[in-house]
Amino acid sequence: MYDAVIIGAGVTGAAAAWALSRLCANICVLERTEDVCTGTSKANSAIIHGGFDPAVGSLMAKLNVRGNEMMDSLCEDLDVPFQRNGALVVCTDEAKMGELEALLARGIANGVSGFRIVRGEELFRMEPNLSENVTAALRAPTSGIVCPFELTLALAENACQNGVDFHFHAEVTDIRRDEKGLYHVKAGGTEYVTRAVINAAGVYADEIHNMVSTQKIRIRPRRGEYCLYDRALQGYVRHTIFQLPTEKGKGVLVTPTVHGNILAGPTSDFISDKEDTATTAEGIAEVLEKENLSVKPLPGGRIITSFAGLRAHGETGDFIIGEAEGAPLFYDLAGIESPGLSSAPAIGEMTAAWAEKALGLQKKDHVIEKRTGIPHFAELPIEEKQKLIAKNPLYGQIVCRCEMVTEGEIVDAIRRPLGARSLDGVKRRTRAGMGRCQSGFCLPRVCEILHRETGIPQDMITKCGGNSRVVVGYTKGEKEPRDREDGRHPHEEM
Amino acid sequence: MKRCDVAVIGGGPAGLAAAISARQAGAKEVLVLERSSEPGGILMQCIHNGFGLHTFGEELTGPEYADRFVRKAEASGAQIMTGTMVLDVGDNHVITAMNEKDGLFQLQAGAVVLAMGCRERPRGALNIPGTRPSGIYTAGTAQRMINIEGLMPGKKAVILGSGDIGLIMARRMTLEGANVQAVVELMPYSTGLRRNIVQCLDDFGIPLLLSHTVIRTEGRERLEAVTVAEVDAQRKPIPGTEIRYACDCLLLSCGLIPENELTRKAGAAVNPVTGGPVVDDTFETSIPGIFSCGNVLHVHDLVDYVSEEAGIAGRHAAVYAGCHPAEDVHIRQTEGSLNDRDAAERERRGRSRITLSGENGVRYTVPATIYPETMDEKVTIRFRVGAVYRDVWLSLYLDRERIVHQKKRILTPGEMCQVSVTREQLSKAKGQHQLTVRIERE
Repeated sequence: MYDAVIIGAGVTGAAAAWALSRLCANICVLERTEDVCTGTSKANSAIIHGGFDPAVGSLMAKLNVRGNEMMDSLCEDLDVPFQRNGALVVCTDEAKMGELEALLARGIANGVSGFRIVRGEELFRMEPNLSENVTAALRAPTSGIVCPFELTLALAENACQNGVDFHFHAEVTDIRRDEKGLYHVKAGGTEYVTRAVINAAGVYADEIHNMVSTQKIRIRPRRGEYCLYDRALQGYVRHTIFQLPTEKGKGVLVTPTVHGNILAGPTSDFISDKEDTATTAEGIAEVLEKENLSVKPLPGGRIITSFAGLRAHGETGDFIIGEAEGAPLFYDLAGIESPGLSSAPAIGEMTAAWAEKALGLQKKDHVIEKRTGIPHFAELPIEEKQKLIAKNPLYGQIVCRCEMVTEGEIVDAIRRPLGARSLDGVKRRTRAGMGRCQSGFCLPRVCEILHRETGIPQDMITKCGGNSRVVVGYTKGEKEPRDREDGRHPHEEM
Repeated sequence: MKRCDVAVIGGGPAGLAAAISARQAGAKEVLVLERSSEPGGILMQCIHNGFGLHTFGEELTGPEYADRFVRKAEASGAQIMTGTMVLDVGDNHVITAMNEKDGLFQLQAGAVVLAMGCRERPRGALNIPGTRPSGIYTAGTAQRMINIEGLMPGKKAVILGSGDIGLIMARRMTLEGANVQAVVELMPYSTGLRRNIVQCLDDFGIPLLLSHTVIRTEGRERLEAVTVAEVDAQRKPIPGTEIRYACDCLLLSCGLIPENELTRKAGAAVNPVTGGPVVDDTFETSIPGIFSCGNVLHVHDLVDYVSEEAGIAGRHAAVYAGCHPAEDVHIRQTEGSLNDRDAAERERRGRSRITLSGENGVRYTVPATIYPETMDEKVTIRFRVGAVYRDVWLSLYLDRERIVHQKKRILTPGEMCQVSVTREQLSKAKGQHQLTVRIERE
């Protein structure tokens, strides 16, 4: 029996698992897909917001500010790339200066300091590629950028190090509360019995909630489309550039990523299908049009990919966090849209504080605080590179040429706790396939390494679990997988 | 630090030919740095025939063509280091590279030949709207899956782009039992070779839809369908022309991009039209002692021309490095043993110089500069045109004087064009001059 079952291994569920792993308790995470970080957490702006935007007094404001504060030491402990690059909210219309001032006031009311309004030459010295239409900007120095995959993976891996169980391919189909007050959670053909349930199911949090609560909620998926630019544009902007909303709607942001790409987006469209992460011609056109409002035109030929993510919009306009009506010890972490990534560690902390009290749990005496990530070979100094290759020659073999990812990193990504089992899993952990050729060269090699390390037959390797097989079978002459160890074809062994 | 006379980056057809010719021109230590586990480059997955008609007068498969060059390179005494990735080409021709055995190491080269090849334009760069499932691959990736790994990327395919690899893969997929429903081309003409359209599409009854593109992909996990639409003159989809193809595989053959990250890092000037470095008649880039050839310079249709260009580049690299062939006295000596950048630059400035450009539909020329006093007996100028031209004249103008005038039945963007100019024809040019390649109606 578990003390708590967490539903969903996105950044919210992973943060809850991380925080709860500090308590003496039996915890597990149920994830419907093959890996952590496969939904909203993998397709967003990758921003740690400063906390000036949410309404004063809201949970969003409180948790955003607290999450932002926690980020430095958390990312240090968990070996996650994080930079406080600062944000600029740009104004292109003098008549709208009042809105900029209002944002500044809200930021101060939310308890964040360091804001100021920057103009003219100083502004363009800071960001020479701002559009000439920009007249002033609110600068928020505490705003930052993070790798959302690495943050989610790191939280989950550290939770795992501290004893949390993870069950994949475990889609929750039913939750029942028995007469003793215990929950029976059916997922992936298994029934998990638990004292408490923590609902971090993202766009599906309403369906999970509505299985037990008397007060129904609704989560509406809101799709955001993005364009990602080549690292060759590194330095085009250094701050995260936000726009003030205009009569044409909410603006898009243009931001560097921690890996040196430039990211522009998102659009914002309510849709009905919770799986519909397709991009649209209109959406991409909107991003490309709106990004020009705040920055000088980015070279279109440098787009390496476009993608879309879904935000889990709750109808209250705030996060929905707390025990569900009519379901004691069923704790919702629902409606976690922006600033959800920024707030995740604080949401975890809040959830653990609730669990400690509600379940009467003790804090652990001994906790593994540190998690070491996969060494990012390309970013290491020369001596470190040499040492790594000397220790393990696999680090001397580049698999992904664009992002300079070595075989050593890919093997580590597969072998570590909660290791990768799919191409996208390897990509999120190592960046193999995330560069300008978008896996054209490394895809066959990564498939081969996955096959060798996991024993999954080559024709069964998937892009992202489920039915996403990379290939549909063998060629005519290749009826059986060949033995890769001696490089010989089975037909040659006459 | 390890040293060599000529370091060749890339062991594909260009790199191998450059290495062989550098050895023949007297370079003692020639080192080919190849990132894959075997030399031969992309030829190793091109198991179809049609290679080598110009070079050997026979039709070889890609691996056969590569094999001849690998043997020749080895016999010539060039050293091929496989599994070795070059990270940087720095000042004074210091190369930083790495592999499993030697770790990270530096190499002092007398001259460098860049022969890194090209990559394919991926789906993301094409901005095709829709889902991002498995089953969408560049044609070259699919070619590797089938021909090297023995794996089938799909059973029911649509191919976007009529580049040569796309055409070849239409046939290859069909031979492996897949149903290739259509090849879809955005432009009103194919960008592939005529012979490939006949042999790979027409012979198998595969339709080629010109002025069409893919406007949508469907399927969450595995590709389920694509929607194709006709485009107008501005290449915008025309509403009402949509055709939906149920398929599990979309292959992309939408252009090749020279892999010039190292070139840019080294500081060499890059031509925005080709995506490759700007070179002179010796295939030297804007940085003295760094040469370039093959698809990293400009994307070719025929490997024979790659080998030919690379041979010239390798020979001049050896000369730059101060090497002399034992008996060959025909190699020009003017550059002698200029090893430092400033002296080479002074020497360059002092020479007569002809700047090449293209006009009336000629998009670029390789080389971009000819030094008439030191040029070879004959220089071949290669270029591509921006549209299909029928029954036109191809002219070369030295300043205002027309020195070449040739009738051409057809010039098309899918086929690289060439025209030669001799030292004799340029002998009058002293000082600074212009050489213009032009398409004319008469």
